[in-house]
Amino acid sequence: MNIDPELVPAEGAVSGPSAPRRREWVQTLVEAWGLRRTKVGTVMFALLLLIALFGRFVAPYTPTEFVGRPFSDPSTAYWLGTDFLGRDVLTRVLYGGLSVFVLGISATVIGTVFGVSLGLVAGYARRVVDEAIMRVLDVVLAFPSVVLAMLFVSILGPRLWLIVLMVGVSHMPRIARVTRAATVEVVARDFVRAAAAVGVPRRKILLYEVLPNISSPLLVEFGLRLTYSIIMIAALSFIGFGMQPPAADWGLMINENRIAIITQPWVVLAPVLMIGALTISANLIADGLSRAMVGIDRDTAQA
Amino acid sequence: MPPLLKILFMRLGLGVLTLLLVSVVVFAATQALPGDAAKAILGKDSADTERYEALRKQLRLDRPLVEQYASWLGGVVRGDLGKSLVGAGANVTDLIGKRVVNSAILVLFAALVSIPISILLGSLSAIWRDSKFDNVVNIANLSLASLPEFVIGIIMVLVFATAVFKWLPSVSNVNSLMPLSGQMTLFVLPVITLALAVVPYVSRMLRASTVEVLESEYVMMARLKGVSEPRVLWHHALPNAIVPTIQVIAINIAWLAGGIVTVEYLFTFPGVGAGLVDAVANRDMPVVQALVLLMAAIYVLLNLMADIVTILISPRLRTGLR
Amino acid sequence: MSGARSDIVLTVEDLRVVLDPSGIEIDDGVSFVIHEGEVLGLVGESASGKTTAATSLLAYQRRGAKMAGGRIEIAGTDILSLSRPELRKVRGGLISYVPQDASASLNPALRIGDQLMEILNEHSFGSSHAERQARLVEMMDEVLLPSDRAFMRRYPHQLSGGQQQRVVIAMAMANRPKIIVLDEPTTALDVTTQAHVLETVRHLTSSYGVSALYVTHDLAVVSCLVDRIAIMYAGRLVEIGPRADLFTGAYHPYTRRLLAAIPDIHAVRPPRGIPGSAPRPGSRVAGCAFTPRCDCRIDKCATEFPPYTGPDADHQVCCWRWEEVGQGLPVIEGEELVFPTTRAEEPCRTVDTVVVDVREVTAFYQRKEVLHEVTTTLCEHRCLALVGESGSGKTTLARCIAGLHQFKIEGAIEFNGKTLARETRGRTSAERQAIQYIFQSPYSSLNPRKTIRQLLAQPIDIFFDLDRDGTEERMVRVLEQVALDTSLLSRYPEQLSGGERQRVAIARALVAEPSVLICDEVTSWLDVSVQAAIIELLVHLQSETGVSMLFVTHNLALIRSIAQEVAVMQDGRIVEHGVVDAVLDDPQAEYTRLLLGDTPTIPADCRI
Repeated sequence: MNIDPELVPAEGAVSGPSAPRRREWVQTLVEAWGLRRTKVGTVMFALLLLIALFGRFVAPYTPTEFVGRPFSDPSTAYWLGTDFLGRDVLTRVLYGGLSVFVLGISATVIGTVFGVSLGLVAGYARRVVDEAIMRVLDVVLAFPSVVLAMLFVSILGPRLWLIVLMVGVSHMPRIARVTRAATVEVVARDFVRAAAAVGVPRRKILLYEVLPNISSPLLVEFGLRLTYSIIMIAALSFIGFGMQPPAADWGLMINENRIAIITQPWVVLAPVLMIGALTISANLIADGLSRAMVGIDRDTAQA
Repeated sequence: MPPLLKILFMRLGLGVLTLLLVSVVVFAATQALPGDAAKAILGKDSADTERYEALRKQLRLDRPLVEQYASWLGGVVRGDLGKSLVGAGANVTDLIGKRVVNSAILVLFAALVSIPISILLGSLSAIWRDSKFDNVVNIANLSLASLPEFVIGIIMVLVFATAVFKWLPSVSNVNSLMPLSGQMTLFVLPVITLALAVVPYVSRMLRASTVEVLESEYVMMARLKGVSEPRVLWHHALPNAIVPTIQVIAINIAWLAGGIVTVEYLFTFPGVGAGLVDAVANRDMPVVQALVLLMAAIYVLLNLMADIVTILISPRLRTGLR
Repeated sequence: MSGARSDIVLTVEDLRVVLDPSGIEIDDGVSFVIHEGEVLGLVGESASGKTTAATSLLAYQRRGAKMAGGRIEIAGTDILSLSRPELRKVRGGLISYVPQDASASLNPALRIGDQLMEILNEHSFGSSHAERQARLVEMMDEVLLPSDRAFMRRYPHQLSGGQQQRVVIAMAMANRPKIIVLDEPTTALDVTTQAHVLETVRHLTSSYGVSALYVTHDLAVVSCLVDRIAIMYAGRLVEIGPRADLFTGAYHPYTRRLLAAIPDIHAVRPPRGIPGSAPRPGSRVAGCAFTPRCDCRIDKCATEFPPYTGPDADHQVCCWRWEEVGQGLPVIEGEELVFPTTRAEEPCRTVDTVVVDVREVTAFYQRKEVLHEVTTTLCEHRCLALVGESGSGKTTLARCIAGLHQFKIEGAIEFNGKTLARETRGRTSAERQAIQYIFQSPYSSLNPRKTIRQLLAQPIDIFFDLDRDGTEERMVRVLEQVALDTSLLSRYPEQLSGGERQRVAIARALVAEPSVLICDEVTSWLDVSVQAAIIELLVHLQSETGVSMLFVTHNLALIRSIAQEVAVMQDGRIVEHGVVDAVLDDPQAEYTRLLLGDTPTIPADCRI
């Protein structure tokens, strides 16, 4: 009743009276694609992914080969100059993206799977279980961004599985909160009660009644968390706790060549621009998705 | 107001509980994991059983876990954070004291710069919704929010310290022995970097809540009462829009306390962030424990304060508690 | 009632409002006048464009709508040509607005006194602060609220719903406007509170000579308040005339059918619904928009829009067959209905088999006791109406029986002699199948991500061992029972109207072949014309299937149409229980009498 029915377009006019209604997240994707920012973000992201995947096949050297004097200026031999050990910067840029993608995406998947599961259970169970889950997640939330990962790295050393796990874990609280908030809203609707009333088991209610109704906020959250995963993985490499030398990695490259920022800025600038473009493109997609989701909500939020 | 007091005490209790759990996590991560801390510290030297046993003793690793935790926590409460394992083995409290002051100044400046700007940008872009101004602010916010803070920092350095202009120092090695006033230029780039990382979050949140409030029925009612537009905005809309933003501001200041890790490292600024990087690299467990606990405590405390402020400034919560 | 032609306060001419980017019409050529001291009722169902027309009088449109044409003149001032500062003076000065939801319209962060004073200050009422203070006291007296410091220092959430609505009305009266626009000011209130607010409005308009536009979806509410009535349908005025003329001799089939659809405590026949539902902006037909639902349509109705005409200048109508309708052309096809109450003479427990036995049930919401030792029975083939205002515990009781109550319950609920578990999960499959619950809002009770076929198949899959064809066959049969087309099976709820959705919800309960059907306020989200159709359906289903029914409602006027027995609830207790006719005609409990007195009715002489 809060929405003025007169301002809501004709029912059925949105998708046509007989048009089959797609799954929520598919619809969000389709609507997001209609926005320019999503297209720009996706194209950028795809381009960077191609570079990360196939760049190594066109690289002029191998990433660990010493090809010239340290910090050589750009020339026809090495287009972006050489780094602090005399390795080809272009080659290392072409090699250095894969780790960022692989680690970032894995961390996001881990965080999403655990966060969504916890959020669903907390939002549906309420009371004691809810309180317990959310309190524990509050504890995780208290460790700022990369600090949680650093804490565990300090004792276990900079291992990749640990970095991925910790970045995923640090996403958990926020993903769980978003999931829980959306779940609580859906569970409050009568169709969930109706399903419980005919005896549908809890697991099926969560999977078939609740989850399909919260898939778009989760999709948006996934996009957003992917951006932050990449930021955190790059940051960890930058402070020396991510990928370890002599690996080629954009974050690590900035760290290694930091001292030359005054004299040879492009050695640092190249990986900085790659990371910046990657996070901006991921965030453009996330923002497009979230705009599309708000649009969908407006059409269906009649109750 | 007993109900109000009761809820405040409950929040306080929850805060203390969270802090306790945080301390358990910190302790567990550094001292109770299967990977023995002494082994981790000594690395290859752990074959030297004599040094290994000595270190275990110093870290109290030979005692039962509960006892280790109790004595560690007891020390923390008394302000005794143990001795550093690096160099001369100074008291951790002394070691991090100056760093805490430096970082506090940095965070304070960053907050003072970013919060007014965020409020201004957020409310104006909500008021001029869908205008050119709104779009520009939106794109700028989106880009800044996407960039890791060290990337922003490097760009700042490239622009203001090295490649383009050479106005400001690229390294901020603040010296605590010299008066602060003479070293202000050292703060400029780190502060701007942190502020640029915070502004997008707070201003986007404020924009969203202002937009929602401007669509509310009481704002429509105020307009239909003939209330002037500036009064509608400043008197009717903003007080309501700011409430949900307080929480976000608190979280972001707390985030500053953590976000300083990469920024301080980049500028080699002698604060807790750079200190943590060093401590982790050197496996200086007592310092790691102290700094991580400190950062988490700041988050919990700021959140608690935001909770209390929210309750105090929103009439519905203040008077509606039962 | 209406005064001489010269004393016109408000003129609306050919008002057109459209949705902003799309240009779809919300209001299309609305024209009317209001005279000095006159109250005009603007009546329409949802999406008729009445609220949009109302705010247009203050030159205000919500985001997403814009004025596309027309002229609005208040006391000689052309509202639409004013500059912003001039308009500001007019709003809250010359014309003021009373919103539907007072609780959302008062600023939660500001004290009541400040919000009241603001409207006086902003319009520079009087010449001194003392004068404004005096006016404030006077305003509060007019709406029967205290004006002491303690009250003025309260925040909106510390007031009851009725008090909030009075504050908003006081605010509207503050600067002694020429005209007030009241936009469904009582819809969110209980009947007793509604009666008080209506009395206040009546008193204020008559004693201060203020004109008013009273927007409502409920003809009965305004029947004793307004001088003239304008009926809106799909963005157009279809009929406007003096109240008595409209009630006794309407010329438009829609007006007549709307009157026939309104449930009335004193009526001799049940309300008759209008098939279909009102079209929303963007899906309106050319010609008269009522054509698809009209029983006396002719060919040109669908293509040509009829002109405004009528018996005199005061009574205008927009229908090709208005003269025939006025002379008694039947507007409803089909046989007459009778009240089911005529079939019940005695309370059930003495003559019938008890199906659900509620014995001394006490229920809690969190730790608060909300039901106090309630005892009642539901008998086979009977319908028991559970009536009460919000907070009376009627829904809680219904949910306890259905196994949907989530907190502690004491006492026993028996079904066919066996005690039921508190929650559905503790009940047997047979018990879950036998007791089916229909929820209040069909917008909330149907999963928007499932097709109607999937929605209906769920209970069948759980309760019956049917193959694909058997399932499909049963779904088709039940859809026929609830008068829905089988082509809807592949649709999603969002593609259906509110009435259709509620029919789907009923069908979902019916596929389980229940012996007890619990209907929780199932019509409160629906338009009056659709409500009556749903009631007709439920009555028909009950007599056809013999299901026992518990009908929960806040609307006393509905119960004679559907129930044989009634239990009146107040504050978690049943204060009166008996056969419907007996309770309604000769109420024993004081509270029942109060409710009956406050329920709005249409004057007895104005049935069709």
